[in-house]
Amino acid sequence: MSFEQLLQYALSGITNGSIYAIVAIGFNIIYNTTGIINFAQGEFLMLGGMTAISLSSFMPLPLAILAAVVITSFAGALIDFLFIRRLKSPSVLGMVIVTVGLSIVIREIALHIWDEKVRSLPYFTGNEISSINIMGAFISPQVLWVIGVSSVIVVFLGVFFKFTLTGRSMRACASNITAARLCGINARNMVTISFMLSAGIGALAGCVVSPITQTQYDCGTSLAIKGFTVAILGGLGNSTGAVVGGIVIGLLEAFSISVLPLAYKDAVAIAILLIILFVRPSGLLGKKEAAGLKEF
Amino acid sequence: MSLNKIIVSLLCATLLPVAISCKKKSGDSIKIGAIFSVTGPASFLGAPEEKTARMMVDEINARGGIDGKTLELIVKDSAGSPEKAISFAKQLIEEEKVYAIIGPSTSGETMKIKGICEEGKTILISCAAAEVITNPVTKYTFKVAQNDSFGAQKICEVMKKKGIRSIGIVTSNDGYGIAGKEQMEKAAAKNGIAVLISEVYDKKATDLTGVLTKLKAKNVQAVVNWSIVPAQSIVPKNMKQLNMDAQLFQSSGFGNIKYAKEAGEAGEGIIFPCGRLLIAEALPDNHPQKALLMKYKKDYESKYGEDASTFGGHAYDALIILEEAIKKAGADREKARDAIENIKDLPGVGGVYNFSPADHLGLDINAFDMLTVRDGKFVRYTE
Repeated sequence: MSFEQLLQYALSGITNGSIYAIVAIGFNIIYNTTGIINFAQGEFLMLGGMTAISLSSFMPLPLAILAAVVITSFAGALIDFLFIRRLKSPSVLGMVIVTVGLSIVIREIALHIWDEKVRSLPYFTGNEISSINIMGAFISPQVLWVIGVSSVIVVFLGVFFKFTLTGRSMRACASNITAARLCGINARNMVTISFMLSAGIGALAGCVVSPITQTQYDCGTSLAIKGFTVAILGGLGNSTGAVVGGIVIGLLEAFSISVLPLAYKDAVAIAILLIILFVRPSGLLGKKEAAGLKEF
Repeated sequence: MSLNKIIVSLLCATLLPVAISCKKKSGDSIKIGAIFSVTGPASFLGAPEEKTARMMVDEINARGGIDGKTLELIVKDSAGSPEKAISFAKQLIEEEKVYAIIGPSTSGETMKIKGICEEGKTILISCAAAEVITNPVTKYTFKVAQNDSFGAQKICEVMKKKGIRSIGIVTSNDGYGIAGKEQMEKAAAKNGIAVLISEVYDKKATDLTGVLTKLKAKNVQAVVNWSIVPAQSIVPKNMKQLNMDAQLFQSSGFGNIKYAKEAGEAGEGIIFPCGRLLIAEALPDNHPQKALLMKYKKDYESKYGEDASTFGGHAYDALIILEEAIKKAGADREKARDAIENIKDLPGVGGVYNFSPADHLGLDINAFDMLTVRDGKFVRYTE
């Protein structure tokens, strides 16, 4: 294999990996506050993408994306308010099941609001045919946007969860909800904030990846499955881990394509994921002690 | 009702298949069943098919029906699931006792319900493309969509003229893609074109630069992408991003202008086989399909405000064939079956139909024209 090809596979892996990573980050936020996996995370992406596409026909792109993020985060708050908040005894499993149901409901609603057609946002820089030449290999400028936006989100979340009072309260809720309540933290509000935050970030992710992946009412599910895999690989709750996990899975897939038929791509990625989890059950960057406190 | 119960019932309501049926009680009406994947992954086939079928039935009933008999259309949405298609087929045959079933939209579903219709002695006019549906011929099963092999052969003819000797094939991992892969490989072998690499991708694939890098490394002169999924717009974009200069061919599944729009500038120059609906305006006035194509296009576009597609045309053809059969045979289903086998020179959206006891498709390779994308529009391909 020539150097250019090697590099091209790597860039292709990074393209997919960065998409997985930006999706995975969304899972981590709700997990960090509630200890649950929000299976409607993919639908937040779809909602964000679809809303931005609809709005972009009568406002400039940046404004449309901003509005989509705001609208979707309110949708996130609404979901928490209508469903999660009202659970009498919010067990982890109960909340997970609610999110599974919600993902189906949101998908059906989206099908009725929009339709079954595939749409996409325009490329942020250049268009469908522009590509950047990196030493003989090529990459779409949109991929750089995805990587850039993921990095900004990771830094933002890192600062938010470590240094702000709200962020720390949210983490306290996940570690031990009773103790957090005793300290005077309003746990229910923290859950609402986490839903808003993860819906907003999901929407932003949905907008950034839309030119590459295209958006359709049911595109959330398949993105979410990969994102979930990556979140586990990186260590649940760890945003840097999500990026590392995403790139690792993306690269593994890309290089498996170079030697094996494409059909085995997922099998290879999942096999390696399993091996890593046998060796490090808490994920690449997850902490063992932290994982021990969670219900899963 | 407690909130939990509301949530549960809400979930149930959305999970239940969306079965839309228009019940109209009238003495002299003929029930036509339709199974389309109106939602789900094949919704771009089923949705225009459903809209077309409803439009046609309304139109027929508005002019007083066929020889005084109005049609009652019962549409079932299978969401592309063969399991749902099976239960709907049973329901339509056993409970509704329909005159005939049109659809399903996909080949996989059609093959699953073919036997049920044969057993129930009910005419099935499939809107799916796979050749196996009517080859070998079975008594009650007909189809209106052009065979995959026609498209594959057409593509090979263009390749030979362009001097293309080596190609790479990529297909989606669904019924349509797998059948297309087989036909394309067969046609290439027959025409002396070397298939250097043939890969299958996930039908939900979102980026295909990896596999296209592999094709690029093999230095293929042309790429054939055979699928009906959104990847049809991803492949051309990724090829341009990789600076590949191989010619891209796609299947007739590309015959929906929204895929060309999604591909944007990357879609320019794609060559694909397709029925004549998309180039109806450019046909000579004496072409047997011209008047009908223009009418369908106008009716559909003014009623639904979206572009007509060849897929909706399959439902159109299924209904005009049924209309012919009802005209000749009335309410007698057995006679109607025989009447379909005797249909000759019937212009439809997919081509001019000539059925016979040995041919339950009634179209040949001339049903396809080669089209290309120029300035974001479909135009007839010329060398």
